[in-house]
Amino acid sequence: MEAQENVYLKKAADLTYDCVRCGYCLPSCPTYLTMKTETQTPRGRINLVRMAAEGHITVNELSVPIDLCLGCRACEHVCPSNIQYGKMLELVKGSIRYHKKQTSSPLRRFCEGFVFKHVFPSKSIMNKLGSFLWVYQKSGVKKVVHMKPLRYLLPKKLELFDKGLTEAKPPFRKNDGRRYPSISERPALKVAFFTGCVMEAVFYRINLLSIRLLQKVGCEVVVVNDQTCCGALQLHAGEEELAKEMAKRNIEVFEKEEFDYIVNSAGGCGAMLKEYDGLFEGDPEWLERARHFKQKVADISVILNKLGLKLERVLSYRVTYQPSCHMTNVQKVTKEPEALIQSIEGIEFIRLNKPNLCCGSGGIYNLIHFEESMNILNAKMSDIKDTKANVIVTTNPGCLLQMKVGIAKENLHDHIKAVHLVELLAEACEVTENRWI
Amino acid sequence: MPLQPDIVDQIVRIIGEERRVLIKKTDLLSYGYDASFGFFVPDLVCQVKCVEEVSEIIKLANREKIPITPRGNASGLSGGALPIEGGIVIDVSLWNDVLEIHRDDMIAVVSPGVITADIDRAAQKVGLMYPPDPSSSNVSTIAGNIAENSGGPRGLKYGVTKDYVLGLQVVTPEGHIIRTGGRTIKNVTGYDLTKLIVGSEGTLGIITEAILRLIPRPQATISLMAVFDDIVQAGYAITNVLTSGILPSKIEFMDQASIWAVESYRPMGLPINAEAVLFIELDGHPLAIRDEADYVYKLMQKTGALRVQKAETSDQEEKMWKARKLVSPAVARHKPTKISEDATVPRSQIPSFLKRLREIKDKFDIELVVFGHAGDGNLHPNILCDQRNKEEMKKVEKAVAAIFEAALDLGGTLSGEHGIGLMKKSFMPMEFDQFSLEMMKRIKQAWDPNNIMNPGKIFPKPGDRLVLR
Repeated sequence: MEAQENVYLKKAADLTYDCVRCGYCLPSCPTYLTMKTETQTPRGRINLVRMAAEGHITVNELSVPIDLCLGCRACEHVCPSNIQYGKMLELVKGSIRYHKKQTSSPLRRFCEGFVFKHVFPSKSIMNKLGSFLWVYQKSGVKKVVHMKPLRYLLPKKLELFDKGLTEAKPPFRKNDGRRYPSISERPALKVAFFTGCVMEAVFYRINLLSIRLLQKVGCEVVVVNDQTCCGALQLHAGEEELAKEMAKRNIEVFEKEEFDYIVNSAGGCGAMLKEYDGLFEGDPEWLERARHFKQKVADISVILNKLGLKLERVLSYRVTYQPSCHMTNVQKVTKEPEALIQSIEGIEFIRLNKPNLCCGSGGIYNLIHFEESMNILNAKMSDIKDTKANVIVTTNPGCLLQMKVGIAKENLHDHIKAVHLVELLAEACEVTENRWI
Repeated sequence: MPLQPDIVDQIVRIIGEERRVLIKKTDLLSYGYDASFGFFVPDLVCQVKCVEEVSEIIKLANREKIPITPRGNASGLSGGALPIEGGIVIDVSLWNDVLEIHRDDMIAVVSPGVITADIDRAAQKVGLMYPPDPSSSNVSTIAGNIAENSGGPRGLKYGVTKDYVLGLQVVTPEGHIIRTGGRTIKNVTGYDLTKLIVGSEGTLGIITEAILRLIPRPQATISLMAVFDDIVQAGYAITNVLTSGILPSKIEFMDQASIWAVESYRPMGLPINAEAVLFIELDGHPLAIRDEADYVYKLMQKTGALRVQKAETSDQEEKMWKARKLVSPAVARHKPTKISEDATVPRSQIPSFLKRLREIKDKFDIELVVFGHAGDGNLHPNILCDQRNKEEMKKVEKAVAAIFEAALDLGGTLSGEHGIGLMKKSFMPMEFDQFSLEMMKRIKQAWDPNNIMNPGKIFPKPGDRLVLR
């Protein structure tokens, strides 16, 4: 175990030599803006990784600033030396994970292992979670919980997230293995749809709308059977081996049929899928398969923009767009979502002052580091309020939930709503999740 | 030597907020570097936000003889922000509350932690400009720029930081709050302490506020690119432009090694058989610069340019400058360590300096890339190497010394815009005779009798030499 901890750390430290310490990353880093010390900057973290590898600090000491990093990778985008910060972060997290496995309590180890190994990757558990949320929302329990006397029993943190949750997956509805024909006069592409775990459970409706829109622009859509979670949550927690397992399974099931594209509507998942090859260095067979796979991965905005979506309604909203960090910094998809928003008649589009600043969602960062996440969210919300927009568009489930939390936190429900790009587009072409089933 | 607990307590009392006083190991290690070489861990970092805090801390440090190192965002290239004798780092980067543009007086009043580019952005809103544009301007603090007297590409036409500082508030090494200069362009009252502080590299005090001069913003720009098959000829082309009565806002230079690096990194269509490329930007009234651009175009052809290209659209202009911007990342990909020198020569000596650099490259068998601001004689020879390779670094040390020697032979100086700091101090006696250096030391002694302010910087001790290993 100890050996593995050091192997990861050493590999990470090798990447730090590319850093020339120019500091250009500082203004891009959300934790620098909110925590205000060099320790919480990309440059600072890179330095500390080297310090740990050289034995000046322990892995435990290193884990504090590393855990506080959102992994948004905005720093990579501005780095003049092309530091592979994301890769370094994964390796360091791997090292920390091995270290903590040795030192943490058996119960904690079991719980964490269980969640990563069995909860997110499991369709049946995620479906049950979705169903539970659905019953909770539809049955009136949510309303009861939110009534004055009871609300005070709900911790502030849960209350906010609860307000953000909407439209979970109804029970007994199965999407896996379904095929949806193109409904355009000119069938264009055959695409596979990647559902994602959180997306499918919590924002099921958005997945359905995505499929509808793809059908509308001429895609035959296949929801490939037996697909699993993309593995990002595992990898970002330092569970590289688990992430590899997920990746292999996804590559296998999507290889079973020939597709033009593998489409998803979750910026974070798409980024992970596009970096599957990074997991298989030194394994030529899987590296090749991962490369083949990743070439086909595309965000839904790219496909819709490419095929041209016919819009039917005028929407008079004032819209701003909060790009998903991994969409911008990893997938490098920035123009298409804005182009789609601006193509809707009646919409007034206002770009954020700092669109590339993370919203503080960071996968499950907002659950683990609630306070820090909320500080980053505050900065984002003030930028959003300055635009005077009444609709915030996002392209990733984590960001969408965080924006909803932001709206709840600032009591802005009457003025602003947060939607996924797909929801806005569906509204503009009068597509609902129920037609064409 | 770690600080006594009661000293830490006193500092916390002065600052009033515990979270602005950093003493944890991971924090201290994070304030041990800047963008230069070297790594020195401070004993305490305090993040100041007002002049009283600075004054009280310095009084305490002066009493207890604790070294003080001022720090902005640590993007400096000469080690100015490195706490080489430990002690207290005073971080001004959070202190950015004042950024006033006074349009009628054409000045800006700023707190020390304000980001350089933000000043220019604020000035732009009212049609003004703050010209100094170091490449780090999006991250560097104004106090750091003033302390190091930073330059930038626009220096060719507009000068450097010192040409824009009208007045300062400074805390002296004894903790007194003083004012220098003022809000007027003309000011000859007393000694010019403003100019003394600018470029003093944090050795004479802590800058706590600055009054900056702004100028009208030029309305338009035109850019040209000229390709040469001989590097020295490109040098002559620069001299010819500068003696033609036209003063471009930028003349930037790329040698063959940097062209290759960019083309193999992200092909921009640069001619790979060329030995040098010049990028020239003219700014001013649209009609005036159109004429000037034609003139420069012909001049380049006359000086033997293989190809001259004028950017007709803003897209073309952007692409042209993008190629120049890509040099840094492109060469960094090649080898992990980049030693960026900024020895500068008089404009007439640019061709000779280029010749000498070529000889140094061959003689020491090092990877030397030359690019950067050429028009002001501030060429940036960059040595690409690997810090982990001790043998290679020995060669590099010798080559750096040879570069300085060449610049001084040609009537130039050790540093055009990065500062002396740590890396170049052992070369100071090459540029100054004993008494010239002695007068500087006397000034330092008068300001800082206990030598607490950024100690170990800019003046060599006997036996000091450049060490990059």
